[in-house]
Amino acid sequence: MQIQLNLEINGEREVVDAKANELLIEVLRDRLHLTGTKEACEVGECGSCTVLLNGTAVRSCLMFAFDAVGKEVTTIEGLARDGKLDPLQEAFMQTGAVQCGFCIPGMILAAKALLNSNPQPSREEIKTHIAGNLCRCTGYVKILEAIEVAAQTPARGR
Amino acid sequence: MTTTHALVGTRTVKVDAAEKVTGRSRYFDDERHDEALVARVLWSPYPHARIAAVNAEKALRVPGVKAVLTGEDLPEGRMGPFIKDEPAIARGVALYVGEPVAVVAARTDEAAAEAIQLIEVQYEELPAVFTVDQAMAPGAPALHPDLQDYITIYQAVQNGNVCSHTTFLEGDLEKGFSEADEIFEDTFTTPRVHQTYMERSGAVADVDASGRLIIWSNTQSVHLTQIRISESLVIPQSKIHVINTRVGGGFGGRMEPTVQPMAGALALKCGAKVKLYLNRQEEFVFSKPRHSCRIEIKTGVKKDGRITAKQVRLYYNTGAYADDGPGITGFGAMMARGPYRIPNVQVDGYCVYTNLPKSGAFRGFGNPQSTFASESQLDMIADRLGIDPLDIRLKNAVGVGDAALGGTKFTSVGLKRCFDEAASRAGWRQSGSAKPEKKRGMGVAALHHISGLLSAGAFIKVNEDGTMGLVAGAVDIGQGCETVLSQIAAEELGVPMSDIHYASIDSDTSPFNWGTAGSRTTFTVGNAVKLAAEDAKNQLLELAAKTLEADVADLEIHDRTIRVKGAPQRALPYRDLGAISHWVSGGPILGKGSFLVEGQAFDPKRAVLNGFPFGALTAFIFGVHIVEVEVDTETGDVRVIRAIAAHDVGQAINPTVVEGQIQGGFVQGLGYALMEDLVTEGGQTINASFIDYKIPSVYDVPAEMIPIIVEDPDPNGPFGAKGVGEPGLVATAPAVANAVYDAVGVRIKDLPLTPERILAALEETGTSG
Repeated sequence: MQIQLNLEINGEREVVDAKANELLIEVLRDRLHLTGTKEACEVGECGSCTVLLNGTAVRSCLMFAFDAVGKEVTTIEGLARDGKLDPLQEAFMQTGAVQCGFCIPGMILAAKALLNSNPQPSREEIKTHIAGNLCRCTGYVKILEAIEVAAQTPARGR
Repeated sequence: MTTTHALVGTRTVKVDAAEKVTGRSRYFDDERHDEALVARVLWSPYPHARIAAVNAEKALRVPGVKAVLTGEDLPEGRMGPFIKDEPAIARGVALYVGEPVAVVAARTDEAAAEAIQLIEVQYEELPAVFTVDQAMAPGAPALHPDLQDYITIYQAVQNGNVCSHTTFLEGDLEKGFSEADEIFEDTFTTPRVHQTYMERSGAVADVDASGRLIIWSNTQSVHLTQIRISESLVIPQSKIHVINTRVGGGFGGRMEPTVQPMAGALALKCGAKVKLYLNRQEEFVFSKPRHSCRIEIKTGVKKDGRITAKQVRLYYNTGAYADDGPGITGFGAMMARGPYRIPNVQVDGYCVYTNLPKSGAFRGFGNPQSTFASESQLDMIADRLGIDPLDIRLKNAVGVGDAALGGTKFTSVGLKRCFDEAASRAGWRQSGSAKPEKKRGMGVAALHHISGLLSAGAFIKVNEDGTMGLVAGAVDIGQGCETVLSQIAAEELGVPMSDIHYASIDSDTSPFNWGTAGSRTTFTVGNAVKLAAEDAKNQLLELAAKTLEADVADLEIHDRTIRVKGAPQRALPYRDLGAISHWVSGGPILGKGSFLVEGQAFDPKRAVLNGFPFGALTAFIFGVHIVEVEVDTETGDVRVIRAIAAHDVGQAINPTVVEGQIQGGFVQGLGYALMEDLVTEGGQTINASFIDYKIPSVYDVPAEMIPIIVEDPDPNGPFGAKGVGEPGLVATAPAVANAVYDAVGVRIKDLPLTPERILAALEETGTSG
């Protein structure tokens, strides 16, 4: 069954015709071509597909797109504003936290959700928050550093 | 140390970082191919069965199904890096659970899935062997009865299911053991473990207007993909065009092809674009994990700790096809002596076919198995002799002037500095204890490896505006070669990083590169890149000399400008030289570099070497890991709380990138040490998901994880650089096992060190909490 979804994605209204049981990740990637959201395991085990729903981290491979109706969806493409990278993106670049990069959109958005609710997290709080996001390249060390650096970056008032 | 470099040795931000943090990178599944047919694979449910008949009539009647292919429909080609033994689709016999038996292309995934269900295959089950012992037993069923007829690229020594047997022999083993005060004999085992790169493998194949096969895929080498498709589908390499997408990790698993030959066969059959993309479960089974291995070691030592003789037998279970197994076995054998002076050595490596899914390359290439065993046993020896584990290593450690097993001379050896710096940073052997049930201990392990092998080419294209294109065949799989190779080129040419573009990888235009593997890219491809940059620079200098009517010897390069020494007004910026070359004089400048590590891996005056599938291996690299663990004697849980990893990399081109390799390798090594094991039952993989196959999460990262970069410049490396890709993983597991012994006095000889194994061992010694 086809349904029409009115979504708000990265600050823009999107009207999408989708199947009723279509997953959020399918709508994002296949219909809106927002391919920054990655699919690695397909079943919610790895965190690569993490996006923000009203500022909270969710796994877009586990939720129906219609559950995002009426909520604000943020994907990695929407994190930089007015051409300025988010402090997390900047910190991931500067600390060398990016290797293959496939887990990085999900990792950055998971960290973003944490900093939204807890701007000065401890290392243990960071670990708890990103424990469901798997990375096979970096050993997480520089990822932890990057999140700490971003947390120390003064907010730019937005 | 020279510090005159502008870019070499600097922490330049990776050139691909911005696209990756913004989600703009185009990985395999991010390229739109909406018109492509969807492919699915029918996997063998049996570990060993004759395929008596395949009936695809019902499958072909499903609306939207365009083609069904079996092995019988393909030309008689077989592929492989060392032994050409593997068809693109099983032909006549299936040799493992998960081997492709048929492939389907259809308009929709639903139609393809339905068709797969409707293919009728008559199997006749055959006896299967799963362990090397079963496979090597007299009368064992032969997986490849025609083994002797297969093409090999080297003088392979083969027997029954042993598809490759490598022997290293140096000195006089009998004499060495007779000189020993004590002799130690131990057996170790290591499990199959999967690369689990986050991006799954896929290929889109099409036939272009001229009839050439075109492949888009996430590989570690477009050139090996091109060659294997050529071998398996029997078409000339010139008729195959492979284009790389961004690659979401590799760790060796994407060196040899996975789905590309099948996708190619379907595209040729349909004359249309076809997409084949594995799901995670298929990835676990069909792509190629690290070989499980049994390692038998006999070592003779003097009372003072000097090693007089060592004999090693390595049994690598390669699964149903050889793939990289012969190379892994041969290299693992070469590494089995360890970075130590031992005058009398014999190593035999056996690469054994079994009815398990095939194994292949995974960070370390046979070295993690043999180093785990050797470094564990060395601690057992030290313990018995009452020598400090660090001291016994230092006493036997190789230095400048020594050679690898086989006789290749080391050109730079930073091993002693690795020991010294790691030990000093770790505060060697002062581990405290937190709680009574939690015991702490410290362990050390050392390793050596290589970083120079095989060949690569590179071009520098000087653009009309004086900016540069760097065209090399090295795929960046996350390790950072786009950045590091660009730094090498930019350094040589005297341009900023922003003036260099690293070209995307395409078999039509990228010069040959064996692949992103073997820790070889910085050294081997880096040498080709440096030669190409030198060539381009020389051509720029000559053009400037001609245009300025000066002698090349009187010119200097400053800030992208060539000028006459002492007369800076007589100058030409690269921008002008680019334009002059394009429009006025000489033609466009193309710098070219080709590099091959040539020769033999052994010195015939010193060693006997049989059945070794590589030529020369050079640019040896060294490392030392020291870890502190906390063992919970009630739960058997092992936590690594501190890790110090010192690695001799010659010269770090980019220290941040080097640290990332060390940290990432170490944590991957923790998975190998403590938790990973890809289990089969009756040949069936039973834990093919991230829920059942645990890899390290951020919780497993030691609170302190310190990479130490040791720089002992190699005379043959670009700016003295060697590699570092694999070693970060190699010494981790034995360092952890040795630390566990230090903590609780139990020696675990089988990886991984699971809580169950720890508790069982504690119970045996009566020391469980």
